[in-house]
Amino acid sequence: MLSLLRIEIYKISRRPRTYIAFIAITAIVGIFQFAFKADGQSYMNLMLQSVPENFEIDLSKTINGYFMCYIILNTLLIQVPILIALIAGDAISGEANMGTLRLLLTKPVSRTGVILTKFAASVIFTILLLVWMAFMALFVSLLLFGAEDMLIFRVRGDESQIMQIASDDILWRYFAAFGYAAVALTVIAALAMLLSVFAENSIGPIIATVCIVIVCTIISNINVPIIDKNIKPWLFTSYLVGWKGFFYIATTDDGETIKGSLENWPAIRNSLSILLAHVIILVGITVAVFNKKDILS
Amino acid sequence: MPVIEVSNLSKQFKDVLAVDNLSFSVGEGDVYGFLGQNGAGKSTNIRMLLTLVKPTSGHIHIFSKDIAKERHEILQQTGAIIEKPDLYKYLSAFDNLSIFARLSGLKLPRHDIMEKLEAVGLSARSESKVKTFSQGMKQRLGIAVALVHNPRLVILDEPANGLDPQGIADIRGLILKLREQGKTVVISSHLLSEIEQVATRMIIIHKGKKIIEGSVTELLDPSETIVRIQTTDNTYARQKINSSEFSGLLQDDLDEIRLKMNKTEVPLLAQKLSGWGVGILSIQPRHSLEDYFISLTNNESHAELVKN
Repeated sequence: MLSLLRIEIYKISRRPRTYIAFIAITAIVGIFQFAFKADGQSYMNLMLQSVPENFEIDLSKTINGYFMCYIILNTLLIQVPILIALIAGDAISGEANMGTLRLLLTKPVSRTGVILTKFAASVIFTILLLVWMAFMALFVSLLLFGAEDMLIFRVRGDESQIMQIASDDILWRYFAAFGYAAVALTVIAALAMLLSVFAENSIGPIIATVCIVIVCTIISNINVPIIDKNIKPWLFTSYLVGWKGFFYIATTDDGETIKGSLENWPAIRNSLSILLAHVIILVGITVAVFNKKDILS
Repeated sequence: MPVIEVSNLSKQFKDVLAVDNLSFSVGEGDVYGFLGQNGAGKSTNIRMLLTLVKPTSGHIHIFSKDIAKERHEILQQTGAIIEKPDLYKYLSAFDNLSIFARLSGLKLPRHDIMEKLEAVGLSARSESKVKTFSQGMKQRLGIAVALVHNPRLVILDEPANGLDPQGIADIRGLILKLREQGKTVVISSHLLSEIEQVATRMIIIHKGKKIIEGSVTELLDPSETIVRIQTTDNTYARQKINSSEFSGLLQDDLDEIRLKMNKTEVPLLAQKLSGWGVGILSIQPRHSLEDYFISLTNNESHAELVKN
């Protein structure tokens, strides 16, 4: 199994398309950092339009490395599923298309082993992509913009809220957020792999994965009570941005933030459980379908 | 003890019965030819032997092991090329062979892999990506991949497809070499001439059903040869043959002269015709099985008649 995993990782690492995701993240993050370095103040002025005048903010320290990373993650983590689908959607269908799937399965390897190792390789790719994103969005931003307390702008119902997190209380939140994002993106990898089993070229499963994510995201954002109650709780897209929960800090009755606290840990735990359940179900279906599949390609 | 024993094997794809209650066995050291027109069910059969396709019913035993239960053990001793040898095009020949060796349970040192590439004439291109290879080179690498773990059983599904004459000759040479080494080979083809040259036993299938099975020497008995003769004057030639020792062998045909005879007597017949002053345009000995097979391929109604 370990040997099979090593082979999978080697194959992924030798495919040029693997690096598209890393190049895309580098480019997008770089553009963000350049734009904020050049004219971040205009963005901040726009963000602070709704803040009451008596609310004092030291604008010179607002744009810092931690804040930059938050802004980048907010934008980028919605697009990353497409990059994950590029690899996971190709896992089985790409081999079927090349004709190597039949050769692979004439070797003494189990079909379950093939799926699990391909899935594990996709998860490793996802984690590496997030590590790269963390390096680019967090550590490079810290180098460029420095480390200060972070302001979080949050919309809750009809009201806007600004929270301040102390600079020595942020880093662990980012590690936790990236960990959460890894689980959320693993659902995308599992979905793309399931679709990959049914196809004999990579384009179909990649497009289908992106379409499903878009449709489910739209449904997750529709505010209709019947959908809120019956559909949203079961959609993985309702939990994709759950990583933000690590930046929502608990406050005292006086409105003071409590260092090292989370506003709603049970909600984050619940989100993680639902995402993991999606992974288990999707991988389970993939294994079952692939074990029964006739390889005719 | 047969290496492969297949009993009452069937495969239904939705509304198509691709393999219909097929039974056959392959002995140790046999080169077993699977013959049938395109769509006859050869590839489905081969894929069921390799566990790529699940049978709807029936049993397959290889090395006396049930393929449904002991797949891993069976595939450890089996090598295969399914149609064209598709490999990882973005990897080098060395990487491909190394990967498939590992998948076969072997961790070969570099010099062993280079030796195997040398054996198929690819050592000089070991670091070149497969996408830069010609079809013949890919085929040779495919052979190296199939044989990397020195399997007891080699299964080749239409291995000559898409190859030039040299590639086809190479495949033939490989099969004969495997036969000499005492390996069991299963080869499928839609060309009788291809099977005839290498196989020791063969089966002809049509629409998923077995039409005939036996040893090649039995099925291609030289006494069953049909000799077609074209001359400058067929009436005169027919007259002379009728008055010779070949008269009983002559078959009625208005357009051409046909004799059912032993293949070994063809040179004598040619000599006689020449002696009678007959101008010979062509003499074509063809086995009756070939006619039969071609009739299956070309004439569906005839095939139905044979089956019924």
